[in-house]
Amino acid sequence: MAFGPYLLLASLEGLVTAAVLALMALGLSLVFGVMRVVNVAHGEFYMLGAVIAWWSASLISGHPALGFLLALVVSPLIVAAIALLSDRLVLRRLNYEPQATIVATIGLLYIIQQLALTFYGPDARPVQAPFDMRLALPWFGYSAYKLAIIAASIFLIIATWIGLTRTKAGLVMRATQSDPDTAQAFGIPVDRVYAVVFALGAGMAALAAVLIVPIQQAHYLMGQDPLLLSFVVVIIGGLGSLRGTVVAALFIGLSDGIISMFFSPTLAKMLATLLVALVLVFRPQGLFGTAAR
Amino acid sequence: MAALRPLLATERLSRSFGGLKAVDNVDFCLAEGETRALIGPNGAGKTTLVSLICGRMPASTGRVLLEGRDISRLPAHKRVRQGIAYTFQITSIFANLSVLDNVALAAQRQFLDERSSSRGRVEQISLDALAQVGLAPYALQRAGSLSYGHQRLVEVAMGLALRPRLLILDEPTQGLSDGEIETFIALIRAVGEFTTVLLIEHNMDVVMALAERITVMDQGRVLAEGTRDEIRANPAVQRAYLGSVR
Amino acid sequence: MTPGTKALWVHLCLVVLLFALNFLLPEYHRGILSRVMVLSVFAMGYNLAFGYAGMLSLGHAMFFAAGLYGAGLTAYHLGWSVWPAFGAGFAAGTILAVIAGILALRTKGVAFMIVTLMFAQTFYLATLYFTTYTRGEEGLVLPQSARALSLFGISFSLTDPTVRYMLALVLLALVLFALLLLVRSSFGRALVAIRENEERMRMLGYDVFANKLSALIVSAAVCASAGAAYALLFGYAGSGFASIQYSILPLLWVLLGGAATTLGPIFGTLFMFYAVDITSSYTDAYMVVVGLALILLILYFPKGIAGAIRERWLPWLP
Repeated sequence: MAFGPYLLLASLEGLVTAAVLALMALGLSLVFGVMRVVNVAHGEFYMLGAVIAWWSASLISGHPALGFLLALVVSPLIVAAIALLSDRLVLRRLNYEPQATIVATIGLLYIIQQLALTFYGPDARPVQAPFDMRLALPWFGYSAYKLAIIAASIFLIIATWIGLTRTKAGLVMRATQSDPDTAQAFGIPVDRVYAVVFALGAGMAALAAVLIVPIQQAHYLMGQDPLLLSFVVVIIGGLGSLRGTVVAALFIGLSDGIISMFFSPTLAKMLATLLVALVLVFRPQGLFGTAAR
Repeated sequence: MAALRPLLATERLSRSFGGLKAVDNVDFCLAEGETRALIGPNGAGKTTLVSLICGRMPASTGRVLLEGRDISRLPAHKRVRQGIAYTFQITSIFANLSVLDNVALAAQRQFLDERSSSRGRVEQISLDALAQVGLAPYALQRAGSLSYGHQRLVEVAMGLALRPRLLILDEPTQGLSDGEIETFIALIRAVGEFTTVLLIEHNMDVVMALAERITVMDQGRVLAEGTRDEIRANPAVQRAYLGSVR
Repeated sequence: MTPGTKALWVHLCLVVLLFALNFLLPEYHRGILSRVMVLSVFAMGYNLAFGYAGMLSLGHAMFFAAGLYGAGLTAYHLGWSVWPAFGAGFAAGTILAVIAGILALRTKGVAFMIVTLMFAQTFYLATLYFTTYTRGEEGLVLPQSARALSLFGISFSLTDPTVRYMLALVLLALVLFALLLLVRSSFGRALVAIRENEERMRMLGYDVFANKLSALIVSAAVCASAGAAYALLFGYAGSGFASIQYSILPLLWVLLGGAATTLGPIFGTLFMFYAVDITSSYTDAYMVVVGLALILLILYFPKGIAGAIRERWLPWLP
């Protein structure tokens, strides 16, 4: 294959990564933006999403699309419920104190990961894609499902954006984000907003996982790398900025796809991690963010 | 007094937040040994000006001179070591430490450089500072257990233990009772004998009792400067400030 | 007795007790305790940064691992003997702390946590990338010859359990008393005050950055000594010790034992080690224990064991 098609393939793969990453990072960014806390267990919510997707798809025999559709509905709901529960039981009692929250979500990470290992096991298991079609390009065939992921992600991002800017719920969230005390004074139940946002963030991670699981199997350690990448995206995009997050996801996803096709993935990860740390040190508002308020 | 060489001067000092000029081209001069009050309506830029002087905030443009030397680029802690002490508007003492330890934190700093960490001398300086503000009997109490008025005095004692050349007091009498204010006036009068004092104050009785000269700020600029009588008689000041209070 | 001498006695008693335990405990528990002592030195180093100076780092594994690899790589590949290898580990951790500190201390709070986490992750990935030298996850097993120590003309083998125990105890005692001295010095008190109110300390003329950087360097140096000692005493250096988990564990140990107490890290490490040891004989789900412990501690017991003792009974405990 010549270099051009090779690059096209890398870019397509990168776009798929970017699409899923954007969804997941959006959840993390939403939680950080509104609640001002960092959820280290976000990657585990993603993993749970994939595991539950496998489980719910295995309940239904018949056309694979049925199982997938069930997973698409059930998985984000269950994960959101788990997140809601952890918010009520733990985070709220810590008053969302940022450092204590990080410690607590680390604890959550360990628990979820271990439980997944105990009950789901160490194997990687696939979920069948809802449809099996290959698009014939002149140089290679490409899975239509992967393109559908990109489309679904774009749709969901736009829906999130509309939800945040055009609906009453979005207004309430933005009010809470800009000043929780004032919001409380105006009768917004800040407490409940936090719970919903935390659940929503986790649900988005689960949704991203359901989309990816037909092309990447469900495994109990699968949350680690995406967590790191989402951090990278959220930090480079500017903490809590929706537009920055999407742009950064595109940038990271594409470069990850292209770099790891040509270089050692460990080296790529190493350099990316270091780069993000340095961005935080020298430009804490992110590469695309504006200066802190 | 004003004929003495200036201890502190600012030259065209400015600081803006976004489009708002909180401090706008201020030339401000403070003579060695004087007690100066800085007054003005809320939002006039008093605290910002003082923050620029002691380095808590960087200036957008302009310079700060201490005895003619440019200190604009020095970080806050170095300015403190050069003799500029700042006491906080919101009491920020170490509630879990004893009163004496609070003041000792201020006093011990100067010995860390000399590497002659003599605990005896640190304690002596701290006790002196506490005696000066009348808190010696409370030295071993937990600072957080003191009354609000006394906590304010701990704050002043920490300032004194730095043995500053310029002591900046940011609204020191806010929240004090009348009786405590009387004590406070006597204290600052005594301190003013050997230190230059810059006082941000809303209570005009305190200002009139202590300040030899008064600087009035409004909307980031110096509106007027002069003796008490000059300021009282200044029509612009009356309009902008005194009028609005009464 | 003044509080100072009382505290000194308590610390001395603990060291004597640990000394005596060598002769009382069965082999298996002596082995565990040697490990616990080295790891509590790691926790003590972490405690200086986190407990006393208030720097919540999520990257201290890199300092421990720098010590581990500094000693392990030089002993394995260059054939360095015990003392120079230990020195190399110590130096590696300290130098790394200077660089990481100057960069990371430009941030604070959550950003500081993430930056330290990412630095440590970079270090971890580096141990995997240079797998030719480090053997990655599998790790290096130091040969017998690298673990012969000569002291006052007598030579000891670090594979001997008693030698190992005693050396771990010496390291623990040295670090314990050094830190006891440090936290009661004016530097130590300044650190605590900086943790409580940075801005106030700045306006008392303290160079906050320099103080925090010094604290981080000392903290890292202690952690690196623990790492170097671990590599030499137990003869193994693997990249698992550089993973995120080994940044979280000292946090857990310190939280459990009591942040900003000199003895807390020892209690915390000991307790957690046995908790995991006992639960793992019933189930291999020990990570659930770690996770639950973290959550319950931060929720109900944020001051830890020694912190609670200090609060209830012994207010003079440093």
